[in-house]
Amino acid sequence: MESSDNTYRILVFAEIIDNTIARNSHELLGEANRMKKCIKKSVEVIAAFIGNDVHAFADMAIKYGADTCVIFNNTNLEHYRSDCYGDALAKIVKKLQPEIVLIGATFFGSEIAPTVAAKLQTGLAAHCTELKIDNNERFIQVVPAFGGKVLGEIITPVHRPQMASVKPGIMTSLYDEKRTGQIAYFSEELSDFGDRIKFAGITPVKASGKPLHEADCIIGGGYGIGSRENWEVLTKIAALLNGATGCTRPALDEGWTTGEQTMIGTSGVAVRPKVYINAGISGAAHHTCGIKEAGLVISINKDENAPIFNSSDIKIVADWKKVLPVLLEKLNQLNDAGSLK
Amino acid sequence: MPLQIAVCIKPVPDSKYYDKISIDPKTKTWDRSGIPMVIGDLDKNALEAALVLREKFQGKISVFSMAPEFTREVMVQALAMGADEAFLLSDRSFAGADTLATSYTLASAIKKAGNFDLVLTGNESDDGSTGQVSPQLGEWLGFPHLMNVVHLDFDGELLYVDTLAETGIYHYQVKLPAVIAVTRKVNKPRLIGVMGLMKAKAKPLNLWTAADLGADANRLGLKGSPTQPGDMVSPDTNRKAERIDGSPEDIADRIIVELRKAGIIG
Repeated sequence: MESSDNTYRILVFAEIIDNTIARNSHELLGEANRMKKCIKKSVEVIAAFIGNDVHAFADMAIKYGADTCVIFNNTNLEHYRSDCYGDALAKIVKKLQPEIVLIGATFFGSEIAPTVAAKLQTGLAAHCTELKIDNNERFIQVVPAFGGKVLGEIITPVHRPQMASVKPGIMTSLYDEKRTGQIAYFSEELSDFGDRIKFAGITPVKASGKPLHEADCIIGGGYGIGSRENWEVLTKIAALLNGATGCTRPALDEGWTTGEQTMIGTSGVAVRPKVYINAGISGAAHHTCGIKEAGLVISINKDENAPIFNSSDIKIVADWKKVLPVLLEKLNQLNDAGSLK
Repeated sequence: MPLQIAVCIKPVPDSKYYDKISIDPKTKTWDRSGIPMVIGDLDKNALEAALVLREKFQGKISVFSMAPEFTREVMVQALAMGADEAFLLSDRSFAGADTLATSYTLASAIKKAGNFDLVLTGNESDDGSTGQVSPQLGEWLGFPHLMNVVHLDFDGELLYVDTLAETGIYHYQVKLPAVIAVTRKVNKPRLIGVMGLMKAKAKPLNLWTAADLGADANRLGLKGSPTQPGDMVSPDTNRKAERIDGSPEDIADRIIVELRKAGIIG
C-alpha cells in the first residue's frame, strides 16, 4: 500500500449496491486485469471500498480480480453523501497514486468521479465504451463524441491519475474462486463537512420488469414509437417472450418507459441479449454502442437510410405500426396453443 | 430571504436538425452552419426551478454560459424565459476546454458576478452528456453539490433535495450555498412567450472575456484541460443488415423463425 515503489497501479472504486459489489464495479476489476496484460511493469489492481463496515465484501472483490482491497471505513460514510464519498476516494487516490482510476458510472459513481477529478486536478473521460493501452503504454479512452455521432479517443498526457467512468454492461467480469489478495485498512481521517449535506432517508424503489442484463430477448423502442399507448405493444411482446423492453434517451425523456434502468446505450446500460428487436430507433452511436455485444439485431424503421441499420443483422424497412401488432397477434396465437414453451 | 441564483446553461444545436450536422474528421469540429442553437433541454429545467424559487422568495436570477459569441440568441431565450441578467463568457482562450476547464471558467465568472446562494445546472448536456461540469463547479466554488435531482424544495433556510439512485430516492437537507444539478423530473419548463421576448431586450446581457473574469489563464481552454482529444473512430459494428421485405405477416413470420433459431421460443 505504499506509493513510492515501482508498481503500476490501477484503482477501481468498488461500490456496494443492494448489499453486494455493484456489477459495474466487478466488470471494471475484470477490465483492469485485461489491461494489466498490456503493461510491462508489475501491475497491482486495487479495489477501493468506501462505507461503514464494508470489509465483508473484500474477499469477493479479490475473486473478481483485485490484488489488494483498500477499505475506508467511517460512520459518516454509512449513507452516500457526495462530499464525504468524494473526500474519501480522493484521499485514497492521493495516497496510493495509481496511474489509472476506473469508476462505474452508476448514479453515485457519476458524481464521485468528477468530484475526485476536480479535487486532484486531473482528467476524466465520461462513459467510455472502450479502454486501451497502446504500444507505448499510453492509456486511451474511447468516448462518444459529437452527440454520439462518432467515437473519439481521449488521452490525459500529463496529469495523473488518468480517470475514466464506464457504464454497466460495457466491460466483462472475471471470477476466479482461487484468486488470492491482500486487504488493508485506510487510516486517514475523513474531512469534517459538518451538516451542510444531511442525509434524511431513502425511499426504496423496486425496479419493475425484468432487468435488461437478465433478458435473452430485448424489445427496444425509440422516439419513433410516438406515445405511451403505442409503447404497450412492445411491453406485450416482451412479456410473451419472457424478455424486457429497452429504450433510447428520447423515449425515456417522453416518459413512455418505466425508468432510467431501461435505457440502452452509453448514458444507459450496454446489453447483450441473444436477440434485440427494435423499432422507431434512428441509431445514434449513443444507443448503438450499447448493443455491440447483442446476438441478433433486428431493426424496424421507416427510413431505409436510418443509421440503426448499420448496426443490424436484419433490416426491415417498414412502419412498425404495421409489423409489430401482427407479430404480437401471432405470438399470442402460439402462446394460446401452448407452443411458446 | 431573497435568493441570488445562478443558472448555468449550454447552447446546443437544435435536436430537430441533428441529422444535418456533419463532422470534419480532420479538424475535429462540427459543421453547424445553418443549424439553430437552443438552450439545452435540462438547462430549461434548471432555469424553471430558479424561476419557481424566485416567485416564492424573490431575488435575482443570473444566467451563465461559456460559449461562442454567436450563441447570444440563446442567452436572449433564457432572459425571455424569465432570467434577470445573462453573462455570456466568450473568448478564444476558452476554446478546447474539457469539463475541468469549463467548470473553472464558469466558477470564476460566478464568483466575479456576485454572492450567489444557489447554483443550478442541468444534470448533463444534450450533446456531450458527460454530467461532469456540475459537480466540478461545486468543487471549484467550494459548495456542497448534488446531482440526479428529481425533486427540489426550499423552506427559506434549507434545501430539501431528492436524488435518484439505483436502489431508490435519497432524501437530503442541504445548506446554502450549494450547486444542484436537476433532471427533467424536477419540473416542467414554461414556454417562452412573445411578452418574454420583448422584455428580454431590456435586460442586461453581458459579454465577458477572459480579462473580465480575472482568472488564471493557465486554467482556461485547452491549456487548462488535462484531457486532450485524440483520433476519431467510427462506431464499427460489422453487421450485415440483410434486408427483408414482404407483407407484415411475412415479416412477422420471419421474426418468429429467428426467435426460434435463437431459442427464445420453442
